[in-house]
Amino acid sequence: MTVTNTETGKLPAGGAPPAVKLTGVSKNFGPVQAVRNVDLELGSGEIVAILGPNGAGKTSTIDIILGLSQPSSGQVSVLGMQPRQAISRGLISAVMQTGGLLKDLTVRETVEYTASLFARSQPASEVLSGAGITAIADRRVGKCSGGEQQRLRFALALLSDPELLVLDEPTTGMDVEGRRNFWGAIRKDAEQGRTVLFATHYLEEADAYADRIVLLRHGRIVADGTASEIKAMAAGRTVRATLPGASEAMLSGIPGADTVEVRGDTVLVHSTDSDATARYLLTSTSAKDLEIAARGIEDAFIALTGDDTEASAANTGAI
Amino acid sequence: MTTARSMTASDLSSRRAPSLGAFNLTALKLEVRRLLRNRRTVIITMVFPIFFFLIFGLNKAYATQKVGHGNVAAFIMISLGLYGAVFAATSGGALVSIERAQGWSRQLRLTPLSPVAYILLKVLTALVLGAGSVAGVFIAGALTNKASMPVYLWVASGLSVWVGSLLFAAFGLFMGYLLPTENVMQLMSLILTLLSFGGGLFIPLNQFPHTVQVICKWTPLYGLNQLVHTPMLGNGVDWTWVVNVLAWLVIFIAGATWRFRLDTARV
Repeated sequence: MTVTNTETGKLPAGGAPPAVKLTGVSKNFGPVQAVRNVDLELGSGEIVAILGPNGAGKTSTIDIILGLSQPSSGQVSVLGMQPRQAISRGLISAVMQTGGLLKDLTVRETVEYTASLFARSQPASEVLSGAGITAIADRRVGKCSGGEQQRLRFALALLSDPELLVLDEPTTGMDVEGRRNFWGAIRKDAEQGRTVLFATHYLEEADAYADRIVLLRHGRIVADGTASEIKAMAAGRTVRATLPGASEAMLSGIPGADTVEVRGDTVLVHSTDSDATARYLLTSTSAKDLEIAARGIEDAFIALTGDDTEASAANTGAI
Repeated sequence: MTTARSMTASDLSSRRAPSLGAFNLTALKLEVRRLLRNRRTVIITMVFPIFFFLIFGLNKAYATQKVGHGNVAAFIMISLGLYGAVFAATSGGALVSIERAQGWSRQLRLTPLSPVAYILLKVLTALVLGAGSVAGVFIAGALTNKASMPVYLWVASGLSVWVGSLLFAAFGLFMGYLLPTENVMQLMSLILTLLSFGGGLFIPLNQFPHTVQVICKWTPLYGLNQLVHTPMLGNGVDWTWVVNVLAWLVIFIAGATWRFRLDTARV
């Protein structure tokens, strides 16, 4: 209703528009700046995680992409259209964390109701069996377990065969097994070219299932890259080697080294450029048994989103 | 799903938005079924009016007494039809509140359903239930063979009650957007019962003290109740009744629009 369709039906000439494109998007709630000047472009078929602590602006960003709220400034387009246009064509679906279902409808009625709202949708019976909820099709939604309701939400999201699937903390409340199955299904789905954007605070989930992680802090993107890039960006890698007779003074000039620690015959170099460090150790010293270890994404997360630098410094110091 | 997709411009533009803002009869059918599943709503809109009619409408002391073009039983039948229809209309509108509380309205905003089509669905659901409610009382009136008025008045009275109940669909929507609670109908039952007394649906207003009567004439069911009895009484329309109905209609629609705007801006 509030979206003016300035670009009705007009798609960029030649080739596919990005699944999501945010340009200089900000969102203010009174004096609070929930999203600050965010630029983000998602390509088709990417699985992208938005990761950040509470209040980082994840939900506000997602709401803007879904057209549920308007940015205070900046441009948003989904598949080259206004979000609302994309939604009315069934191109975007979202699975919310909780709620969003009517307790007094049955599972089948919920699917039928939702299907009736799209110009084209898959048959209800197919969707029910695809989601493995045929057996509970005639049960009232209010009587379904949390996991069953989540499967129903997922089934509803796939009804219109969307190009972009947005998941807000999708696996909250699922056990490990459920989470693994859920992500298995999502990955399989994305292989067919569906773009998936999910918000999560499970760091290992972002690490394990996203092709790309966008890290938000105070409404800004503080990091955007693959999980390993983000880990390296925040904390670098630790290069460990056996080098008898080494002294810290002798190793202080190693390329890429942040800190060097010598423990007996073992040298630990904390490096922002582990390749250069390793090359130097192997070619210019007699170091052997070389190991390169990435720091956990949890460390990266804390380092990049932590409020004070001391916390991240202390974190870098510990091995 | 089974074919690899390639997102080209032609693929995207082949996807259509549904017509009529996604309004459709499947959704309407499911809304009505849902409302009928609510025992409280069914009892109040279908059972109570018939029950009250059987108790109060058939009283030998006055039932067959002539009033206007009909008799007292017919008069009471119209009053109770209005009571049921108004309750039905309010219930339909107040569904909004339950749907907001359960997050369903947010989910619907991620579908092609337009806000106007959504409200239209609620209002039509209310009207379907209201039609059932009026028909129930009128059938009870016909079967018990006490209520008497010319056939055209059965039709005219029934239709004016049914259409008039739209005023309370607007009221229900206003309350639905105003009160974010799943128990909104309990509060509504109380308010509607008070308004029914105020409108003179249960007891003629001339039974009340003068001051109370004056206050009652400002309440939202007063004008409507007078108007739906007009065809049968044949006593002409008092302009204050029309003003009462229109004023409350404006208030309810303005209130519903105001809350609706806030709601869609926030969500």
